[in-house]
Amino acid sequence: MKKAVFVYSPEQLGYKFSDTHPFNHKRLTLTMDLLKNIDALDDSDIVPARVATEEELLLAHDPKYIDIVKKAGHGELSEAQCESYGIGTEDTPIFENMHEASAQLVGGTLTAVDYVMEGKARHALNLGGGLHHGFRGRASGFCIYNDSTVAIRYLQEKYNARVLYVDTDAHHGDGVQWSFYEDPNVCTLSIHETGRYLFPGTGNITERGNGQGYGTSFNFPMDAFTEDESFLDIYKQSMREIFEFFKPDVVLTQNGADAHYFDPLTHLHGTMNIYREIPKLAHQLAHEYCDGKWIAVGGGGYDIWRVVPRAWAMLWLEMTDQTLPIGPLPQAWLDRWQPEAPVPLIPTWEDPSPLYEAIPRKAEIEEKNAQMLAKALHIIRNEKRD
Amino acid sequence: MIVEEIMNDAPYTLAPSNTVLEALKLMREKKVRHLPVVDEEQHVLGVITERDIKEVLPSSLQDEPNSPVFHAKVEDIMVKDPLIAHPLDFVEEVALTFYESKVGCLPIVSGGKLVGIVTTTDLLYTYIELTGATEPGSKIDIRVSDTPGILFEITKIFHQHHANVQSVLVYPDSENTQNKILSIRVKTLNPLVMIEDLRKEGFDVLWPNLPGVSL
Ligand SMILES: [Zn+2]
Ligand SMILES: [Zn+2]
Repeated sequence: MKKAVFVYSPEQLGYKFSDTHPFNHKRLTLTMDLLKNIDALDDSDIVPARVATEEELLLAHDPKYIDIVKKAGHGELSEAQCESYGIGTEDTPIFENMHEASAQLVGGTLTAVDYVMEGKARHALNLGGGLHHGFRGRASGFCIYNDSTVAIRYLQEKYNARVLYVDTDAHHGDGVQWSFYEDPNVCTLSIHETGRYLFPGTGNITERGNGQGYGTSFNFPMDAFTEDESFLDIYKQSMREIFEFFKPDVVLTQNGADAHYFDPLTHLHGTMNIYREIPKLAHQLAHEYCDGKWIAVGGGGYDIWRVVPRAWAMLWLEMTDQTLPIGPLPQAWLDRWQPEAPVPLIPTWEDPSPLYEAIPRKAEIEEKNAQMLAKALHIIRNEKRD
Repeated sequence: MIVEEIMNDAPYTLAPSNTVLEALKLMREKKVRHLPVVDEEQHVLGVITERDIKEVLPSSLQDEPNSPVFHAKVEDIMVKDPLIAHPLDFVEEVALTFYESKVGCLPIVSGGKLVGIVTTTDLLYTYIELTGATEPGSKIDIRVSDTPGILFEITKIFHQHHANVQSVLVYPDSENTQNKILSIRVKTLNPLVMIEDLRKEGFDVLWPNLPGVSL
């Protein structure tokens, strides 16, 4: 069995709204080129992303909505006609062949699922996926189809699996959470910047699931300006306790890389350090609890030059048991991309130190986050005591 | 918004001859802390609250059914002729009454009869609905001068970007009474372009920001 496969097809780059839109899959090219430059990704590791079938998309989406996406992408509908479906908006504009490109991202995640569940690889990565804001009948926040929701339903139907979904994107994983809000066999864990100011506004600790699914949704909203230590505290404690509580068969992690200080759309103050630690623990717990069954997808990440390639390279390196690098980035990579980058590239795997000015209310923010963590985990800590 | 839309229109009630023990039992069973006391024609005679009962109990040690207080009639300890409100009253008027009179509930009376009850909890929930986002959105805080037409100038910018405004709250500016703070929730993941345009038009965008921190 292979340690891990890297799912990718050049067609995934077709998911493109415009040249100026913040969601830019050029980050896939930048990440792969970085990995190839350090000889960490071989062509034999790469498997092509298949295209999700319409039947598979229906696991998570309304037929009417799929039809709208198809027509919009073939120039058959105006912006005004699709706006109520969240398409043709400033966040999610219409682009050519948007249905095909979106189905290709979903297919990539399904390819990853099949490799892991059929025992062809211990782990699998589809960086093109992770579109966690997509709803059943509506696009939202740059996301058309929700590949994680489709993949989890697919895991349930085809493999009868109990799935833990872990979302470390700086935005709340609302689309996936609402899909499984009443399902006791899917547990969602989202760590994000508080929705008090940030899109989508949800992800409060009080969102715990409903009906049969009560107690299988977990949210950890962190204050703006949260730094590495506090972020990792929350991540490590919540992961351990929720794995132990839920005992999943398989874990699907969404690895948005927008909690970094440089990210233009969020207000967290993470550094490259969190992107070294996040995959380490996910990897370890997947082996401890799920016989290694770990599927990982991408997600947000809007500083595609300085943050995403280094962060996502670390994810693949961890998955394939390669030593996480320190020191300078390959000069060839820097030379190749610097002319195109609008900002000076970071020349090392680590961020410069200090990366930003000290946060005046650091202690209070940490204290508030710690309180939040205790409240959010209270429900399972209590159960243990009984 | 009017009271009718937020009131509970099927409140539990007591008769004046009910005992304190019966009142307490009903409060615990139905998980309410206020009960209107009415006669057979549903005329409001008074209100009895959990707090009123606790106040007449000599001490918590006596909190057992053999204390004579439990067998007293509610009419003896209820608040007689309580403040009331009408179904057509505005919610903000009722809020002001709560704030000024420090009562926890208002029986709603129409045609001389009890038709509902509003508590401070109902009001708080209305407030949460008012400020809370039910749709995905980003929040932007802007300091503006308190002059006519300013809201138009701002919403024009959101309009140009096809962005849906989900809620607008206007706060007084604690630093300068000539200004107001607008807190706006917009249906977008990427508010940067709008913030840029707002700044270009000379608006003072406060968030993204925190006291003592510049971004
Ligand atoms: Zn995000
Ligand atoms: Zn492994």
